[in-house]
Amino acid sequence: MQRFIFIRLGQAALTLWLLSLAVFLSVHLTGDPAAYLLGPELGSHEYEQLKKNLGLDRPLVVQYGDFMWDLARADFGRSAIKGIPARDLLLQRIPATLELALSAFALSIIFGIPLGILSAVKRDTIFDTAGKLFAVVGIAAPSFWIAIMGILLFGAILGWLPTFGRGGVDHLILPALVLGWASMAGMVRLGRSSMLEVLDSEYVKFARIKGLSERIVIWKHALKNAVIPVLTFGGLTLAGLLNGSVAIEVVFAWPGIGRLMLQGIQTRDFPVVQATVLAAGFFYVFTALVVDILYAYVNPRIRYD
Amino acid sequence: MASELTLSTSETAKSVGLVRKIRQLRLPWLPIIVMFVLLVCAALAPVLANSDPRAVNMVDRRIAPFETMSHPLGTDIVGRDMMTRLIYGARTTVLISLVALATGAIVGSVLGLIAGYQGGWADVLIMRLADAALGFPTVLVAMIIVTLLGAGMENIVLAVVITVWARFARMIRGDVLGLRDLDFVTSAKIAGVSTPMIIARHIFPNTVNTLMVITSLQVGQVILLEASLSFLGLGLPPGAPAWGIMVSEGRTVILEVWWLSLLPGMAITIVVLAFNFFGDWVRDTLDPKLRRS
Repeated sequence: MQRFIFIRLGQAALTLWLLSLAVFLSVHLTGDPAAYLLGPELGSHEYEQLKKNLGLDRPLVVQYGDFMWDLARADFGRSAIKGIPARDLLLQRIPATLELALSAFALSIIFGIPLGILSAVKRDTIFDTAGKLFAVVGIAAPSFWIAIMGILLFGAILGWLPTFGRGGVDHLILPALVLGWASMAGMVRLGRSSMLEVLDSEYVKFARIKGLSERIVIWKHALKNAVIPVLTFGGLTLAGLLNGSVAIEVVFAWPGIGRLMLQGIQTRDFPVVQATVLAAGFFYVFTALVVDILYAYVNPRIRYD
Repeated sequence: MASELTLSTSETAKSVGLVRKIRQLRLPWLPIIVMFVLLVCAALAPVLANSDPRAVNMVDRRIAPFETMSHPLGTDIVGRDMMTRLIYGARTTVLISLVALATGAIVGSVLGLIAGYQGGWADVLIMRLADAALGFPTVLVAMIIVTLLGAGMENIVLAVVITVWARFARMIRGDVLGLRDLDFVTSAKIAGVSTPMIIARHIFPNTVNTLMVITSLQVGQVILLEASLSFLGLGLPPGAPAWGIMVSEGRTVILEVWWLSLLPGMAITIVVLAFNFFGDWVRDTLDPKLRRS
């Protein structure tokens, strides 16, 4: 177990290091940050001066050392567009992204697991077909398109929900539902198949032979074992949700990390890109790490190599 | 006369056998039809489409679907024909996914074969790299690449390849581990066959099933990925006929010109559905081990 945690930590560190290297190279090897900041109208003297100020005239290795030192202090530099530290921009946006991702996660568990169980218990009925259809479409339809269609239907035609920006719970419903649908679909699928597997097992058959009522068999005996794989999968989807929200944040004008990241790329605002990409990567790797370790802890049968 | 007769009966017997075999395969016809239509659209786009996908026509703009015969699916806000753009969009989708998936499959298979057969430090290095690639959301990779190299078709392909190769490498390596100590490989070694030759002639053919299963299961994912990168403006230049770009063009005018986002989104959904169903079928047919209830 300790060995497993150790190896898994090493993997996470390697992933993050590769990410930071990619980010460093993206800033220092492509284009010329100084040329971007300066614009075409200024002369070569100002250009050399700016390069010196930014430390871009030094060897790449020295620059990399500086970059890592800044990273260690979570100093990403000043946003070229907004003129304030990129870290502050990032910190402003984190709550919005967390709020959206966690709500989507909660919704997908609240609806996904019962729907999957229902689909399995009422196998080959209209519930099952509806559950399967819901899951299959949720996986195939692009979330940004569902988001736009949701705005059209619930915002414009029915006028039930706001479609724009962050605010009260009503602002959250539509983006969270759309973001959560794909992972919900996964949970319906997995919940259904694992419940079917459990219902087919010896101990459930025995409980039935004993003459227990169907309700007790399903809710007391089968459910517990059927839910374990779904929850594991759920942990992994949380990691995906934190980052899968870029398109959703853009469509709903949600002030989160994903939208900030895209704006940073569009304006070539390198400090902002650095801060957001590294933060998103860190969230992803960290969540996946915690889920893996928890899973190994809960399920001792897992291979440790 | 007699010989003719026997010939024809044996031929009918053969064709009956073939029909039965096809029936036994339980081919998913609907997905296959969708895939066929997609490929025909992609291959024959200039023939099927009645206009230039980029030709702006300010007179005939914002025509709703089914209003006129000349623009059966309507036009967009600058008067480009929706049908034409959807057909050329199919071409973009097929081209990008095909190139990306093929490259990913080749890179992943070669690395998986090497890792599995050689073992040792090559195995460790390749598999740790694969873990790093899998432990990473694709959209983020794409964003880094676009910052690094700028937007463009080849960069979407690169982003997809970087994340997709690892799935191939992992599965193929697993297969190779089970194969490399089997008797036929050992005899080939004793006979003095070179290592590259053993991998190419004896190991690789036995991994083709796995390769086909993963490929067919990945198509839908790759198409979705390409669509979302295009939607975010990280792929082809604005105005290019790609379904993701078309959805994003309709976003701001969704209230008046609703068909602009609706139609390409439906196209993406239907195509991905078809490939997902087809992938499930390939998996169930070729690899019963991987079957899930």
